[in-house]
Amino acid sequence: MKRRQFLTVSAATVGGALVYTLDRRPYVVSAQDKPVRVPLRFFTEAEALDVAAAAARILPNDEAGPGANEAGVVIYIDRQLAGPYGRDRYRYTQGPFENGIPEQGYQGKATPREIYREGVRKIAGIAKLAAAEQDATLKQIETTSFFTLVKTHTIEGMFCDPMHGGNIDMIGWQLIGFPGPRMTYFEEVDSHYGNPFRPKPQSLRQIVGRPVKASEDEA
Amino acid sequence: MKTLPAVDAVIVGGGWTGLLMAQQLASRTSMSVVVLERGAPRKTSDYLDNMDELDYAIRLRMMQDISKETVTFRHSERDRALPVRQYGSFLPGAGVGGAGEHWSGISYRYVPDSFDLLTKTKEKYGAKRLPEDHAIQDWGVSYAALEPHYTRTERLMGISGKAGNLNGKLIEGGNIYEGPRSEEYPTPPMKMPYLAALFRDATKSLGYHPYPLPAATTSQPYTNPDGVSRAGCSYCGYCERYGCMIGAKSQPTNTLMPLLAKRKNFTLRPGCWVKRVTVEDGQARAVTYIDAAGEEVFQPAGIVFLASWTLNNTRLLMLSKVADPHKNLGRNLTHQISIPAATVFMEKPLNRFIGAGSAGIAMNDFDADVFDHSNVPFLRGGHIYTVCYGFRPMANFGVMPPSQKAAWGSAWKKAALDAYDRTGRISFYGEHLSYKGNVMDLDPVYKDAQGDPLLRLTLDWRDNERNMAKFMAEKATGIARAMGAREVTPFPGLKSYDATRYQSTHIQGGAIMGASPESSVVNSYLQHWHANNLFVIGSSAFPQNPSGNPTLTAMALTYRAADAIVERYVKRPGSLV
Repeated sequence: MKRRQFLTVSAATVGGALVYTLDRRPYVVSAQDKPVRVPLRFFTEAEALDVAAAAARILPNDEAGPGANEAGVVIYIDRQLAGPYGRDRYRYTQGPFENGIPEQGYQGKATPREIYREGVRKIAGIAKLAAAEQDATLKQIETTSFFTLVKTHTIEGMFCDPMHGGNIDMIGWQLIGFPGPRMTYFEEVDSHYGNPFRPKPQSLRQIVGRPVKASEDEA
Repeated sequence: MKTLPAVDAVIVGGGWTGLLMAQQLASRTSMSVVVLERGAPRKTSDYLDNMDELDYAIRLRMMQDISKETVTFRHSERDRALPVRQYGSFLPGAGVGGAGEHWSGISYRYVPDSFDLLTKTKEKYGAKRLPEDHAIQDWGVSYAALEPHYTRTERLMGISGKAGNLNGKLIEGGNIYEGPRSEEYPTPPMKMPYLAALFRDATKSLGYHPYPLPAATTSQPYTNPDGVSRAGCSYCGYCERYGCMIGAKSQPTNTLMPLLAKRKNFTLRPGCWVKRVTVEDGQARAVTYIDAAGEEVFQPAGIVFLASWTLNNTRLLMLSKVADPHKNLGRNLTHQISIPAATVFMEKPLNRFIGAGSAGIAMNDFDADVFDHSNVPFLRGGHIYTVCYGFRPMANFGVMPPSQKAAWGSAWKKAALDAYDRTGRISFYGEHLSYKGNVMDLDPVYKDAQGDPLLRLTLDWRDNERNMAKFMAEKATGIARAMGAREVTPFPGLKSYDATRYQSTHIQGGAIMGASPESSVVNSYLQHWHANNLFVIGSSAFPQNPSGNPTLTAMALTYRAADAIVERYVKRPGSLV
């Protein structure tokens, strides 16, 4: 049996960073004093570190605010790949598999899991490189379907509801001024023309008052 | 196989039209009515949980299970069709309420000349202006005949809007290009989010005639003539691809199911996948389906209604080998043109997470034949509009203005953050004419999970659509400038049909209606020409795809058919024409 793998998220990575929302109001994410060990569902620790490094170059932590690492994007990706999406539950996968034209969409046989496993091999060790070298490595693969997937998943992991493992502390939503789910804007819909309206984000769990079942936890 | 006792009526599909037909039959007759729905039951209280972009808008939790069944697609009969392996240009729903649960609620009537398009176009422009391989034909029903049923549908759903043509009197602020309506909308227009207000002011300043979108996301609490009450819209921004958690968006589950649940002569069977209709000697006898437990069931019935999603109606007729002596089945496949005509990047933040599926403004100054087409390289037109449906981050982060070239990294992130809440769309919905080459048949290679052939779409744009899209993108760019956009990305142009780009779920035709059995599958009461107790309802019956959204027309045709069945057919079965 495969040994269980963990990703250690350091206290320095999550928390304590001063960030700015779109309308330039400062916001501090809740600081954590201990490293967090997150059990991995699909990746090995080495793979997770490499994917995290790639995601962090796509959406870096910089003067504009926190990035993919601070949001826990790799945790989101790991759970998606372990779940039904990763094994192509949401795609028609009967053969024969033939090459099509772009307007017919992706016709490949490879599942997201397989695309990642193969793709990560090509950037193995990227986590240990300096930022400029990491960018050079990604430049070489930026036209591949693997890179397109990582970019898509980075955006998803940055801005998903926290129940999916990314957007930790709703850090991504704060960055763009998105309030998350909310019951009503009846009063606000036509009373903030041209001015930013930035209510404090709430997660779906906070709104409904109980846990909600996420697709990645389904069969 | 299990054989059940016969019922008076069996309806395949529990969406808007199937449940409306069920409600009419079950409440106006003593017939036993069974609805077979492939998906699961649903109710308003289920929908609080679905304000989640990932599971509902990206993983598409409310849609038909594409791993079990899809369509194949090619541009022309010379090409090889391949399966659409992941959803793209349209999104068929599954579950009680069907796509009517996750619609946006934009609720148009078709304009009067849509219904006799062939006659009217020939009269005005001559037969020579019709595209070479067109398959345009009249519907066999007029706007005047449908008007009372449009009114019934609007009252059923509590549509919000402002009349532009009340009994022939044009009213400023409404859509002055609509057909004459006998009544004002049941509820007033929705409130307008900022981007829609900017669009309204800009189009007005350019001399156009903007008006609020007709909306099934009702603007205030409403009780319909059946006594069903619903809440007013809260502009939470979760409509399209989501069910409404407060029941403000009219959906089959909150508008029709409360009535049906009280009827003892009505039975809903969820989880039932219908495989065949049995037709013998010109009469439908039964349907065969796989039930929720996986068992094959034979259900005899006096009248059979096919009310599944439009393409599924056509496929079921093909799989069942229902008589088609004039080779009409599968013809006139059309897909409403839908493009982001211009993407606008504004100076000020838009708070664009606020909205509703039909909170927006449209203008029809370039719709249908309201402007002269003598000197433009296309026939017909459509609506230019902006709808603030409540933009969410996964689908919209990273939409960049043309001046920004970076695709990832700090420069990209900075530009994406700056553009994020300043980006909006001016969209265009356009009419799709029918062509002889745009058809459906059964795929010779690919199968569904039951082993039945998939439906094969052969579909491509023609110059009429390409030229129309180009013209409208130019108009939209002009509007964008008038809105004060600091940058604009015009739509790059329609090339060939792209099954990966979402357009709308308004893909239509296949079992079209008409005035004669030589040129259509069903008559104007949606009754099959070769089996008078088989009705095929929904937008599979539309010979062309007019510019507006189809739900109200599908509903109006269903009401009209239901009247004829209740008032005439049940007393004296036979052809209704």
